[in-house]
Amino acid sequence: MPGGRRRDRLRWSKIYTFARFWPTVGDDEQPSFHGGPSYSRTVHCNQPQLHRKKPFKYSSNYITTTKYNVITFLPKALFEQFRRVANIYFLLAAALSLTPVSPFTPVSMIAPLAFVVGLSMAKEALEDWRRFMQDMKVNMRKVNVHKGEGQFDHKQWQNIRVGDVVKVEKDQFFPADLLLLSSSYEDGICYVETMNLDGETNLKVKRSLEVTLALDDDEAFRDFTATIRCEDPNPNLYTFVGNFDYERQIFALEPNHILLRDSKLRNTNYVYGVVIFAGHDSKVMQNATKSPSKRSRIEKKMDRIIYVLFTLLVLISVISSIGFAIITKNKMPNWWYLQPDQTTSLYDPDRAALSGFLHLVTALILYGYLIPISLYVSIEVVKVLQATFINGDILMYDEDTGNHAQARTSNLNEELGQVDTILSDKTGTLTCNQMDFLKCSIAGVSYGVRSSEVEIAASKHMESEATGDDAGVYGSYEVELDHEIDFKSDNPRKPTIKGFSFEDDRLMHGNWAKEPTADTILLFFRILALCHSAIPEPDEKTGGFTYEAESPDEAAFLVAAREFGFEFCKRTQSSVFIREKYSSSEDLIEREFKILNLLEFNSKRKRMSVIVRDASGKIFLLCKGADSIIFDRLAKNGRMYESETNKHLTEYGEAGLRTLALAYRVLDESEYSDWNAEFLKAKTTIGPDREAQVERISDLMERDLILVGATAVEDKLQKGVPQCIDKLAQAGLKIWVLTGDKIETAINIGFACSLLRQGMKQICLSTINNVVAQDANKAAKESLLMQITNASQMINLEKDPYEAFALIIDGKTLTYVLEDDMKNHFLNLAVNCASVICCRVSPKQKALVTRLVKEGTGKVTLAIGDGANDVGMIQEADIGVGISGVEGMQAVMASDFSISQFRFLERLLVVHGHWCYKRIALMICYFFYKNIAFGLTIFFFEAYTGFSGQSVYDDWYMLLFNVVLTSLPVITLGVFEQDVSSEVCLQFPALYQQGQRNLFFDWYRIIGWMFNGLYTSIAIYFLSIGMLYHQAFRSGGQTADMAVVGTTMFTSIIWTVNVQIALIMNHFTWIQHLFVWGSVATWYLFLVAYGMSSPTISGNAYQILLEALGPAPIFWIATIIVTAACNIPYLTHKAFQRAFNPQDQHVIQEIKYYKKDIEDAHMWKREKSKARQKTKIGFTARVDAKIRQLRERLNKRALSTSQSLEE
Amino acid sequence: MNNSAAGTSSGSGDVSAPRRNSNRPKYSRFTQQELPACKPILTPRWVISVFTLIGVIFIPIGIAALRASTNVVEIVKRYDADCIPGNNTKAYKVAYIQDKNIDKTCNITLRVPKDMDPPIYVYYQLDNFYQNHRRYVKSRNDAQLKDRGKANDTSGCDPEDASNGSPIVPCGLIAWSLFNDTYNFSIGNQNLTVNKRGISWKSDRDHKFGNDVFPRNFQNGTLIGGASLDENTPLSQQEDLIVWMRTAALPTFRKSYGKIEQNLRENDTITVTIKNNYNTYSFSGKKKLVLSTSSWLGGKNDFIGITYLTIGGLCFFLAIAFTGVYLVKPRKLGDPSYLSWNRNPSGR
Repeated sequence: MPGGRRRDRLRWSKIYTFARFWPTVGDDEQPSFHGGPSYSRTVHCNQPQLHRKKPFKYSSNYITTTKYNVITFLPKALFEQFRRVANIYFLLAAALSLTPVSPFTPVSMIAPLAFVVGLSMAKEALEDWRRFMQDMKVNMRKVNVHKGEGQFDHKQWQNIRVGDVVKVEKDQFFPADLLLLSSSYEDGICYVETMNLDGETNLKVKRSLEVTLALDDDEAFRDFTATIRCEDPNPNLYTFVGNFDYERQIFALEPNHILLRDSKLRNTNYVYGVVIFAGHDSKVMQNATKSPSKRSRIEKKMDRIIYVLFTLLVLISVISSIGFAIITKNKMPNWWYLQPDQTTSLYDPDRAALSGFLHLVTALILYGYLIPISLYVSIEVVKVLQATFINGDILMYDEDTGNHAQARTSNLNEELGQVDTILSDKTGTLTCNQMDFLKCSIAGVSYGVRSSEVEIAASKHMESEATGDDAGVYGSYEVELDHEIDFKSDNPRKPTIKGFSFEDDRLMHGNWAKEPTADTILLFFRILALCHSAIPEPDEKTGGFTYEAESPDEAAFLVAAREFGFEFCKRTQSSVFIREKYSSSEDLIEREFKILNLLEFNSKRKRMSVIVRDASGKIFLLCKGADSIIFDRLAKNGRMYESETNKHLTEYGEAGLRTLALAYRVLDESEYSDWNAEFLKAKTTIGPDREAQVERISDLMERDLILVGATAVEDKLQKGVPQCIDKLAQAGLKIWVLTGDKIETAINIGFACSLLRQGMKQICLSTINNVVAQDANKAAKESLLMQITNASQMINLEKDPYEAFALIIDGKTLTYVLEDDMKNHFLNLAVNCASVICCRVSPKQKALVTRLVKEGTGKVTLAIGDGANDVGMIQEADIGVGISGVEGMQAVMASDFSISQFRFLERLLVVHGHWCYKRIALMICYFFYKNIAFGLTIFFFEAYTGFSGQSVYDDWYMLLFNVVLTSLPVITLGVFEQDVSSEVCLQFPALYQQGQRNLFFDWYRIIGWMFNGLYTSIAIYFLSIGMLYHQAFRSGGQTADMAVVGTTMFTSIIWTVNVQIALIMNHFTWIQHLFVWGSVATWYLFLVAYGMSSPTISGNAYQILLEALGPAPIFWIATIIVTAACNIPYLTHKAFQRAFNPQDQHVIQEIKYYKKDIEDAHMWKREKSKARQKTKIGFTARVDAKIRQLRERLNKRALSTSQSLEE
Repeated sequence: MNNSAAGTSSGSGDVSAPRRNSNRPKYSRFTQQELPACKPILTPRWVISVFTLIGVIFIPIGIAALRASTNVVEIVKRYDADCIPGNNTKAYKVAYIQDKNIDKTCNITLRVPKDMDPPIYVYYQLDNFYQNHRRYVKSRNDAQLKDRGKANDTSGCDPEDASNGSPIVPCGLIAWSLFNDTYNFSIGNQNLTVNKRGISWKSDRDHKFGNDVFPRNFQNGTLIGGASLDENTPLSQQEDLIVWMRTAALPTFRKSYGKIEQNLRENDTITVTIKNNYNTYSFSGKKKLVLSTSSWLGGKNDFIGITYLTIGGLCFFLAIAFTGVYLVKPRKLGDPSYLSWNRNPSGR
């Protein structure tokens, strides 16, 4: 038992020198914050009954993340459904169908709507039910709660109230935000895993207040009472202010005392805590931002097409109404058979205008078939099925993590096929976030003989680019990439210790003691072993330790220190124990270092320090941090190794390594105690400026440092990343890397990932540190503008179309360029560059850059990342992709798609994206086509009925048209269509550009399809009418009535639209055949069945197929000719286009069809490489950018004119 | 027991394996979208064959249809103008037709242009008569026609639903406006019998018009529409009504009047005695009497044959045009030089 072993009988509070001076209640300083708004919450510990009523009634621990509940489901879900314009229209139509205005029976209007809306709502309900079950699972979890009289009993999470004392056991989740009172450890610490909160896998130490340490068994809570005054619920995970009123004393609370809901107790047997925030008040729930709902561009465009159709609908309705009014006024009085004298207002010749107006309503309902009612629901069904294919793709399944790709929101599938810019995080996305200690520089000497993967890859790359001609390059390129994989998998560098790839005999095996600078080296190792916040974890198998550290770098340092002979073996609240071994022969000596203070790392400070007292009583400040920060803080006498170290740091950076500088400072006792008093005061300040205070005091201490050396750890590239980036770039995607790393590292990762190439011109934007502080902002901006203008000019003047540019910018510069007046200049420059790398970027800047690209270029952006710091960018981008790797779930939860490796992005975009885009585009075009083709025949017929609003088709036919007879084939089109196989998609990344350029859903194509629909409707109507004119349509002499004409026309439509979809499809499996031809068969079956039903239902369609139409040759002949006539133009167009203007997929289909790729392997290979080459130049990208630039200028001009107008 | 040792060691490995693989998507050709598929390509050969095939099929059908149509002998005689004495205004004509006291018998002669074999179908053709008007189409009640017990069910029949307080059977505007011209044919002095049975659909007679439903209160209102019905004949035998109740799709339509089951020789002169009762004058509709034989395709309609010939011809033309075009400007299938990156080498 780790807990038992560590249970020393000493109370850490007694020996801890970081003792605090706690003010008592009577102190004058105290009341100042009582009135503060952030202290409005009062929690009566162990008195949950006080929280039953106001004003202390806080939200319970019941959580719900569902969108609806039983009562609100119907109204809310209906409201959601009827937010769509088309559905509102159909709802109105259905309502009006109950009035005599309607040309149809109510059931034929209401049934499809109910079906469509019902299906969508069922989907919503199912999704919400899943959420509900998940919530319930959480709510039903049990935890030990104090019931009074020192008795604890299990209680469900949902029944916990604020003020309850709970006992959480090992590996349990905390049910709410708790104040830690005591733990199984004597010194009141516990270890917490916060993976669900911030995605970090390492353990964190939490400490209780010392006054509550005694409360460490059940009995102790019998009479325990205390009051907590603290901040209101807020989403900030890392802050907490409040105080704890216990036994007439007030103690300040800090984040370290708080155990957050959804984090997990680890390595600790149990803790006691009191509930402060429950349920939706807890920080994690407050943090749960609803991810913005995204819609794809195609869908937005589809809405516009629906508006076009609505316009058409209104237009023909108005035409009909005017026609009807005129006819009613002028002609109907003569139509005695209608008894015009005894009409209702619907057909009143005396009030023709009113009748015309009422007829407008009729017509709007009648021509409603122009609007595809089932479009939305079909698209939803198709997307869900597409998503299951994405989820089930075995080639996007990662064996190592056991995760498969996941389409978390299915409504962006087709957007995957149109991505223009990828914004990628680096760490954890491109790289593994597994750090290997590779090199170090101590006292100006560089150690470590191994070279990094980046160096290896870069040297290979250079070699291959240096040799041979074009074909050679591509040939060898591929070989080299393949080889690289082999190299990685078959030949890993000696399966040594994880996190440690260092190799240098000068330091290993205790040899360092023989070096001339052994003292400095000793100090270096001690800094490695002491300056951290990690926890050792005994490893039962090896008998050694593994380390739970805040960052992988830190773990790598500790492993390195261990290998050098400085094994960190124990941490108590006040001390760190290190087993030191100076040479291989010597025995281990365990040394204790008292940790006096720990000045934590944060991204703003970029450094961390510890102040330790060694056995001899000397006090040191040990500091590690970013080189620039450390170098700024060196003492005059501490710069001995500065120039060498600096040189080494640059070398390491170029090799793609992460570097940190190490330094120390010796403190004397008085200096320390003076500072410590200040520091403690700062720490005990309560209020919003505490952090600033602490920071300021820390800063005072971290000065006059003496440089010891620097470390270099390798951040390993993930598997297949360079190949994937290459393919994506070849597919015409622009890749921006947004990283928190420094510029050199980023550049080298860029080289390793082939984002940067030899001979690429690099444009580095940077700010010159201006001494004149007052105008620093302005001056920096001016100089940046200058740089941008120069760079843009350089790009514009570049004659060689093969020249590519790379833009590199750091976070500090980004703050300037992201300002409103600069960002467009920056964007114009950036889009002209083949690749863009932003370094030292904060999470917020990531989101801002994403927004800039998204809004500035108007193109589809995809953000990919793995950590909590990528959430902003993932939510901001058109598509957010989360890497479901080791780094927790935050990014994944916020994402639209999750994959477990960056390399799967290629398949996700190039294969699934391409397919989904084409499928959805074709599907929507076809939908509009078929509805226009069908809807307009109704309009033409109107002209022959005096615009009276009579439909030639039976109501049932119309009802079935959208919902049954034509819906399944189009769904198979949307789900199964493949223009080329997945291999070809991958082999010819250029095919992806069809989506980027939106070749399949541009207005040209949409209008083409609409005209096809128009033509089809004309052909169907007039051919059918011509054939079934007034003559007998059978040898038996019967003439055609309306049912015969309508049924024949409808049969022709069914055939036509199904043959049409068969002509569209490129890919027929048995499924397509089944559904396409099955739909046609269903129609005949329906006719038979409908004809058999009672004549009061079927009316004139009674026995229509078996008796009237089936035996009539003209029925079959008409169907054939109409189907042929309708499809010949499309067939001709398609044949013509393929013959003379083939698109890439046509040619590739032919190559595959004739197996030319096997016969002429050389040609196939050549074309594969050419399909890439073009995108390398990125000329199309440049042309587009130019157009955008012009457009932007226009926009700006328009803006400025409008602004000046406003002024 | 080597096996057991090996078994346990591999067993421990298996423990983690299923846990890992539980997420693994199942492989099937369906889930991986690799189902065997036929991927037809529109090669020139296919294009030409398809168009030729359509031509080859359509042109014979077109010829057959056209022949069938030309073989049909059709006599169409417009009589609405001839059967009103003098050439008068519309108002006069309307007044004339509405005058119950005038005997509206009128004789016309038809000349048989060609031999006509029985059955010869007799139709009346109305023009500019909107049987497809929504008000008209809806004005009926199928339940009432079928079921004796539902005589009172006159919903939808307004305004011709009841008269004198009791329901009309059959109700509605359609029945009310039943065509009531009658024709008597004779060659010389010999009467031609017109068989008025079997002109309606059998299913209509058997299932839609009840054989125990008798007309009631029909044409008893103030406004008299068309024909009146024999109150002693069940609706299922009132075939004129049954035919009339099948509303036509277009404002110009023919309806069966009867069949002549006897040969007519070329140049026979038929005298038709028409009772010209039906008012088409108020809406300037034409009335025509049609005698027609039928072919396998039905009546005379050249449109079918012409359409087939046109489209078949067009397809032949397209086949030839594509052949020519493929010959003049051939493109080797799968020629990589047509790939976009080869066509625009600089990427333009």
